[in-house]
Amino acid sequence: MAIEPASELSSVEGGTGFEAVAEREHAVGVGPWRLAGRRLRRNKVALAFGVLFLLLVALAVAAPIWANDVAHTTTSANHLTEILHEGNKQVYVVSLSGVPVGPQWFAAGGKFFLGADDNGRDVMVRLLYGARTSLEIGIAAAIITTVLAVVVALFAGYMRGITDTILSRIMDIMWAFPVVILGVALGTALSIGGLKIGPVTLQSGSIAIPILIIGFVYVVYMARPLRGQVLSMREKEFIEAARAQGMGSIRIMFTEILPNLASTIVVFFPLAIANAILLEAYLSFLGAGVQPPTPSWGEMISEGIDRITTAPHLTIVPGLMLVLTVLALNIFGEGVRDALDPRAKVRISDN
Amino acid sequence: MSSTRPLLSVKDLAVSFATEDGVVHAVDGVSYTLAPREILAIVGESGSGKSVTVMTLMGLTRGVNARFGGSAVFGSTDLLTATEEQLERIRGNDIAMIFQDPMTSLDPVYKIGDQIIEQIRAHENVSKAVARDRTITLLDEVGIPRARERVDSYPHELSGGMRQRVMIAMALSCNPSILIADEPTTALDVTIQAQILERIKQLRDSTDTAVIIVTHDLGVVADIADRIVVMYSGRIVEQGTVDEIFYDPQHPYTWGLLGSITRLDRERPRRLPSIPGAPPSLLDPPKGCHFRPRCPHEFDRCQEVPPLEAHIGEAPGHLDRCWLSTEEKRTRREVGEGQIGLARPQETPA
Amino acid sequence: MIAVLFAISVITFAIFNVIPNGDPAFRLAGHSATPATIATIRREWGFDKPLYVQYEKTMQKIFDGTLISYSTQTNVDTEIRHDIWPTISLAVGAALIWMFFAICLGMYSALKAGKISDRFLTVLALTGISMPVFWVGALLSYYLGFKAGIFPNGGYTSLTSNPVQWAWHLILPWAALSILFIGVYSRLVRSSILDTINEDFVRTARAKGLGQRRVLLRHVLRNSLIPVISLWGLDFGAIIGGGAIVTESVFNLGGVGQYAANSIQSLDVPPVMALTIFIAFFVVLFNTIVDIMYAWLDPRIRLA
Repeated sequence: MAIEPASELSSVEGGTGFEAVAEREHAVGVGPWRLAGRRLRRNKVALAFGVLFLLLVALAVAAPIWANDVAHTTTSANHLTEILHEGNKQVYVVSLSGVPVGPQWFAAGGKFFLGADDNGRDVMVRLLYGARTSLEIGIAAAIITTVLAVVVALFAGYMRGITDTILSRIMDIMWAFPVVILGVALGTALSIGGLKIGPVTLQSGSIAIPILIIGFVYVVYMARPLRGQVLSMREKEFIEAARAQGMGSIRIMFTEILPNLASTIVVFFPLAIANAILLEAYLSFLGAGVQPPTPSWGEMISEGIDRITTAPHLTIVPGLMLVLTVLALNIFGEGVRDALDPRAKVRISDN
Repeated sequence: MSSTRPLLSVKDLAVSFATEDGVVHAVDGVSYTLAPREILAIVGESGSGKSVTVMTLMGLTRGVNARFGGSAVFGSTDLLTATEEQLERIRGNDIAMIFQDPMTSLDPVYKIGDQIIEQIRAHENVSKAVARDRTITLLDEVGIPRARERVDSYPHELSGGMRQRVMIAMALSCNPSILIADEPTTALDVTIQAQILERIKQLRDSTDTAVIIVTHDLGVVADIADRIVVMYSGRIVEQGTVDEIFYDPQHPYTWGLLGSITRLDRERPRRLPSIPGAPPSLLDPPKGCHFRPRCPHEFDRCQEVPPLEAHIGEAPGHLDRCWLSTEEKRTRREVGEGQIGLARPQETPA
Repeated sequence: MIAVLFAISVITFAIFNVIPNGDPAFRLAGHSATPATIATIRREWGFDKPLYVQYEKTMQKIFDGTLISYSTQTNVDTEIRHDIWPTISLAVGAALIWMFFAICLGMYSALKAGKISDRFLTVLALTGISMPVFWVGALLSYYLGFKAGIFPNGGYTSLTSNPVQWAWHLILPWAALSILFIGVYSRLVRSSILDTINEDFVRTARAKGLGQRRVLLRHVLRNSLIPVISLWGLDFGAIIGGGAIVTESVFNLGGVGQYAANSIQSLDVPPVMALTIFIAFFVVLFNTIVDIMYAWLDPRIRLA
């Protein structure tokens, strides 16, 4: 129990955040993670969008089921000359003037649920497989970004000295390169020539290439703030204590500092996925990302825009899916951030 | 005391906030009055509600989550129910306030002179030139050297003590009848502290302003207060003149406060005396007397909230909130030779 | 600063010459080239020299304005000078529009923090951030341009030749670009205002008896906009340097960004080199401008 001479108590009451003071006093005994979990659970909107994201992932996972059992086709099979029976009308999948059919919903038993593209391919099937691709790229790239950013931040921030100088200079350079340009440059170069690192060769069509590029490009944006945190943590007493105990640098970095970065990482991660998915779309639009015929949302939007005057649904549909997914991640990410670091709820007085 | 009408009359003031974890009763039935030229000290630890009490007078605690009860009558206005427009006219004009941390209380992007001029012109219809002259005079009066040049300084160019003086000058710029000082010296050096307090006293003497000074530091209180209000966990536990409180304290909490002051003229105690335990949660305070869990003298009557009353015939203004009889109080508070404190009678240091 | 630009130019050069397994001479020569033609091209363009010599020559040509593009055989410098105008028009217009709306929306959101209107605006802002600019642009162009005919279907008219047409052609691009940035900046403004409102000096301002409006505009806004304006400067610099690649491409504005996109796609190294340095230069330049601006806005930073 705290025993404090009355005259030495510092006054905590400052600012108008009295509620925060009270809240702090009451929160004794509950760990920060559990507290955050409580707050997150109260944020219905964020939770709803988190669930939405999971549903979209589930849809993507279920892509083969839809393709095989409902639409009976694949992503690249074209049905240019096929005829659909709409009620008692007969409609070409792709009309003679090159206009593909719009969303059929369940009129044809699930085939061409969202219509066809001008190659006669089933949009819904492509959309679901595209979801797979985009999500794979997004999540994998986000993981790469996070891992690399954490490592760079730890080494630069903790080791300081030459390591920090070099890494920081590199980060400055990359910071000056707008993300899209760097991504497009790398994407174009690598998608034409493929990538050869030692014994590993990546074909030019492999989605590992966009994953690596996107993952790499965003490292700086995560590493910088994390490095700042490492720098301030470095001076704290618990690190001194660890050093006094004889812990080696690597151990300190990974067992002492890293867990304290956890909340920042947790906040950043959904946003990293969202940004990765967006960047993939930008790159694919510019031809530097996923190469046709592999579907991804970006690739589908890109193709759709070329044909927007005849078949707008080809642009709208994949775009909506992408926006929904990225939005869900953003809102959920906001919710996580609010849960982990709530601002004192101050209102300006009503009048 | 004086028979003039009090400047400020606070009755049964209650302030509570709705928070994520429940309702916080920050102030629970506080009453006091303030006469012109009087320096009233509100003493307590953090969480006692002392800051909330005075901030509420200025309407600074209003918000969606806040609920108020009781009244705080200033002149003909009840500050608790006044409209925002009415309060805006009173703030800075009739009642002014200075805050604890001078380092952050001034807007960093404007010159100090301009900030004072802003206040003057908000309440009085004077030209910029007149306001500027007045500002320079004010800065001079609070002891800022080379006021004519300093008036164009930015806050970060001044030290903490200087900034607090600027705050005082700013607060007094429109000749308020009440100056509220919320922990004005806590963030400052002890030497500067003395200067600031001296300044406040001088200003009271020359301008008739009444002062409410909120603090946790009894040294400050002894220095300048006329009357003292001791708060604990949202309630007043003792109230009286400076002499009454220092020489005849009636409440165990007050004994604890007095007892924890280390004194140069006594033997060094083996352990720094302090009040055991911690202030209670404002969300879920103990039943009855809030001090009960920490009071070595508590008995079964304490389960019932003691009323704030005068128990000493010759001192009708000396109120306290304790069930013990006056004789018991005077006995129990002696924990050493002439030493007042809270230790249990059995635990008197040998 | 120079070091950063130098490093960027080296990296770009490396990306395009070292990584792809394509030979620029092949590309230039076309499909039916004989080995002799290829060898001639190689000599003419200097592809037979070592990489660092090529780099050196390219850099030299960039700075004395004689750089020629591989694919179009035009002078890169002239092309950039011509293309900069649409980019500047896009950048200035969008930057002003988005800042104005971001401040209004951000301020409104902050004042209604926690209420339904605030949450709604937050979702709206996040939606703006979640939509790819080229998608928004394409749809705007299609529905309002192509179908409804209200706006032109892309292209750029210079300000000096026809101001009305100039603006008319830019409204949709401005809108598309602004939607994204309004989303980002309104949240920044909101966040900054909420932070500032908690500051002690705002409490002081209220205690002085100043009216709500004055406290808000003179004290809260003035302080809370400082960090936001700094970021705004950086983004503005990036766009001027050609960062709005997709917007320019979708609306066919013929700006620097579009030039960059086309050059990259055709692996046309000289313009890419020049443009990369160009944009990096602007980013670094605006970094410096922003630093200066920060000092001007925040007296605490003004040191010797």
